[in-house]
Amino acid sequence: MPPPLSPLGACLAILGLWGLIGFLGLLRPRSVVLAGRTLFPVGALCGVALAVVAALNLGEAPESAVLVIGLPDLPMHVRLDALSAFFLVLLGVTSAGISLFAAGYFRRGAGTPPGLLCLQYHLFLASMGFLLLADDAYSFMVAWETMALASYFLVTAQHGIAEIRRAGFLYLLIAHLGAIALLLAFGVMQGGSWQFTFDAMRGAGLEPQRAALAFLLVLFGFGAKAGLVPMHVWLPEAHPAAPSPVSALMSGVMLKTAVYGTLRVTFDLLGQVQWWWGLVALALGLFSAFYGVVFAAVQTDMKRLLAYSSIENIGVIFTGLGLAIVFHGAGMSSLEALALVALLYHCLNHAFIKSLLFLGTGAVLHSTGERNLGRLGGLIHRMPWVAWLTLIGVLSMAGLPPLNGFVSEWLLLQAFLFAHEVPRAFVDMLLPMGAALVALAAALAAYVMVKFFGVIFLGQPREASLAQAHDAGVLERIGLSWLAAGCLALGLLPAQVIQALRLVGAQLSGATLPAASAPWWLLVPLPDRQASYSALILFLAILLVVVLAVLAVRLFYHGRVRHAAAWDCGFAQLDARMQDSAEGFGQPIRHIFQPFFAIERELPSPADARPRYRVAVGDRLWRILYEPLGSLVQRIADAFAWLQQGRIATYLLYSFVTLVVLLALVL
Amino acid sequence: MTPLEILTQLLEVIAALAVAPLFLGWINKCRAWLQNRRAPSIWLPYRAIRKLFHKDAVIAESASPFFRLAPYVVFGAMVVAAAIIPSMGTGLPLSTAADAIALVGLLATARVFMSLAAMDVGTAFGSLGARREMMVGFLAEPALLMVIFVASLISVTTALPTIAEHLATQALGLYPSLAFTAIAFTMVLLAENARIPVDNPATHLELTMIHEAMLLEYSARHLALMEWAAALKLFNYACIGFALFAPWGLSTEVSGPAALAASIPILAAKLALAGLALAIVETLSAKLRVFRVPEFLAAAFMFAVLGLLVHLLLGA
Repeated sequence: MPPPLSPLGACLAILGLWGLIGFLGLLRPRSVVLAGRTLFPVGALCGVALAVVAALNLGEAPESAVLVIGLPDLPMHVRLDALSAFFLVLLGVTSAGISLFAAGYFRRGAGTPPGLLCLQYHLFLASMGFLLLADDAYSFMVAWETMALASYFLVTAQHGIAEIRRAGFLYLLIAHLGAIALLLAFGVMQGGSWQFTFDAMRGAGLEPQRAALAFLLVLFGFGAKAGLVPMHVWLPEAHPAAPSPVSALMSGVMLKTAVYGTLRVTFDLLGQVQWWWGLVALALGLFSAFYGVVFAAVQTDMKRLLAYSSIENIGVIFTGLGLAIVFHGAGMSSLEALALVALLYHCLNHAFIKSLLFLGTGAVLHSTGERNLGRLGGLIHRMPWVAWLTLIGVLSMAGLPPLNGFVSEWLLLQAFLFAHEVPRAFVDMLLPMGAALVALAAALAAYVMVKFFGVIFLGQPREASLAQAHDAGVLERIGLSWLAAGCLALGLLPAQVIQALRLVGAQLSGATLPAASAPWWLLVPLPDRQASYSALILFLAILLVVVLAVLAVRLFYHGRVRHAAAWDCGFAQLDARMQDSAEGFGQPIRHIFQPFFAIERELPSPADARPRYRVAVGDRLWRILYEPLGSLVQRIADAFAWLQQGRIATYLLYSFVTLVVLLALVL
Repeated sequence: MTPLEILTQLLEVIAALAVAPLFLGWINKCRAWLQNRRAPSIWLPYRAIRKLFHKDAVIAESASPFFRLAPYVVFGAMVVAAAIIPSMGTGLPLSTAADAIALVGLLATARVFMSLAAMDVGTAFGSLGARREMMVGFLAEPALLMVIFVASLISVTTALPTIAEHLATQALGLYPSLAFTAIAFTMVLLAENARIPVDNPATHLELTMIHEAMLLEYSARHLALMEWAAALKLFNYACIGFALFAPWGLSTEVSGPAALAASIPILAAKLALAGLALAIVETLSAKLRVFRVPEFLAAAFMFAVLGLLVHLLLGA
């Protein structure tokens, strides 16, 4: 055992505290005051503490320990290194904001009582933390499954509704398909030693084919959790079903644990990375990014829209991962470090931005009871706090300088710019083409975000009931502000963040960015390439021009303002239904990318007395992939159904025969 | 940061602010000549801005504070963009803060603010314009990024002044890749600045308009700022084009004040030629239906990607 105050010990203690907080919620499960107003804020403090401990340990040597709990011959191993520390920081900082928001969010009502939610929520947090520390396959899988189950129960908090139960089941199913792949992958990775500690796997020295098999299994397993296309179908179902803080946690943090796992296995455990793995990850990532954002543009449910946007961002992250692997295989160390930094930066950005946006939708949902974009609008007047804080997230997600989404996009494009130096014929030409897709996805993300913010918060309210909408409460505002401040800080001070991220890449794969001699406000990732970016200067320059313009207008201009009805080319009978709807705003995308969608249209004929127009946009992959797969499973199950006779004697016979066969095999 | 650099920087910003409406006036004059109309005064854009600055602002009752903030942000983004594009000299202190990718991002910031402001009042035209503007943007932006990517690959940096310097000092070796990207860039310029064939700056015909639809609710000083920003945007695009495809005559850090002075008439000549060329293109082409605009922009994107491929294949 390490001394109690070592960083690893402190992290474990905080995780234990989270578990304790969860169980305290059971004392009075129906009390909002205990669970919401007391336990959740304490949980947020734990998150901050975890982030601080992990951040201070970012550059230190790895520290490992063996816990006394676990299986008889397989105690649990834990290890804290730079990669774990980075993701612990992400978990701690993001969950602090989400917990504060959740403190004000969960109320009494239908579904799971607050105290039980408190337990599930904090177990979810603790299992994610433990997952990041796990140093053997057994602990890893225990944490992984606890995480999946805790989040399943959180998703189905409103379990009275059949749709939500179905969404939860889909999530659980795909999570377990992924888990099976991971189990198999660990089986391959132990390399015949039957030692399941990560240390043994590091030294296993697999032959190339086995390593490749392990990588593909891992990519499938973690990809299912992360939502890579085509394993993405659970995201757009589970996110609208879950309460908003849970969506925020799942999208902001849980998806990143899958990224962590992929990084851990690929760069740390597998050793000999082959460059073509990168192409696989890159292709999947680019396709997911593009697929996700195109679907996000045509959604009419605000949480589904964000879910598809998460698929896009995961795609961008895996694109970065693919680049890093290709560069690693080609021995281009500084470019590999650049790609790694870009992908880690994007993880952090996405955690903040997507949590902020999901919580923003939560506040809207709470105050209006409406998830459908077609029934919202004009909320900036009624909910200014939520609107302006969400605007920061929206601008960040759209990848606009000087906010944080732009920084990781910039880093990724910088990495792409040198992809043609990879010393492999043909690949050196294909790789830069990826930059075109990344650029297209980023520009489409801006489209999606304009739709998201414009339809919810701007314009006129589309329903009369929206006039009663109220702004978020104090705790919710603090939670939102915390995340928005994170977006601003990550956007304006990228050089400082990268100083920390360099350490992660350095410890993970030995790839370091060359030390920069630039001043503190300037980001120069590769000194010999002369590319630089300073968000702070850019921000101050825009601010200066804006202030000067305002002052000049004040000085030279009378400043008279009249308020009148909207002009709209002189059309007097303007009403809220004449604004663009969510369907209308997505129409160009539906039109341009028609082959992607399964579109069902119901058009009125000229003779209809009560014309009705309906259009539903579905995912083609359901029909191409999932429905045939489902019916195949059904057929196989039917074929084996005769085994199920329902008589206990028959089942005992099965057991007996199995035993005999096993004995025959062993002896 | 030498005094000369600061001088270049200030001169560029002031020149952009002052000359942008004139450039617009010049294009309008050329167009009128080519179309056998009586040409309006070249100073008309200035008078329009001055007139607008004197009017009372009328703001819709359903507008939020965002509506009044947006013109300043759009204007600010365009001025800062003008400050980082090497139009006269390459020794620009601000351009270390933002490279060519950040420049594209800055233009996107302006676009997003403008679209959101258009949706703010909640009129049919505003949201229609915002939707169309974003449709143009999501295809034009990656195309522009690819254009810049090719230029960056040739000169191994994304810093715009360095790209311009590098391309200017090449012994006029012809880059086939740049020919493709020049076509792509011209198409993007037409689309992004609401010119024919994508949009018509001269009409308010609701079925076709994009840019004007977004500005319908603006009046007085806010409209003036938006119009000025639009003029600056056109000027900025022209200067990006010069920096990439005609980078001759820029003063550099070592060439001294005389070169900076000499770069002023050179820029004027380039602008005059570019304005004339733009007027010819606009006169010769017909306005596209809005449904056809994505095809036009997809072609621009493909030209840019083709340029990239050509560069990678030929190494030139």
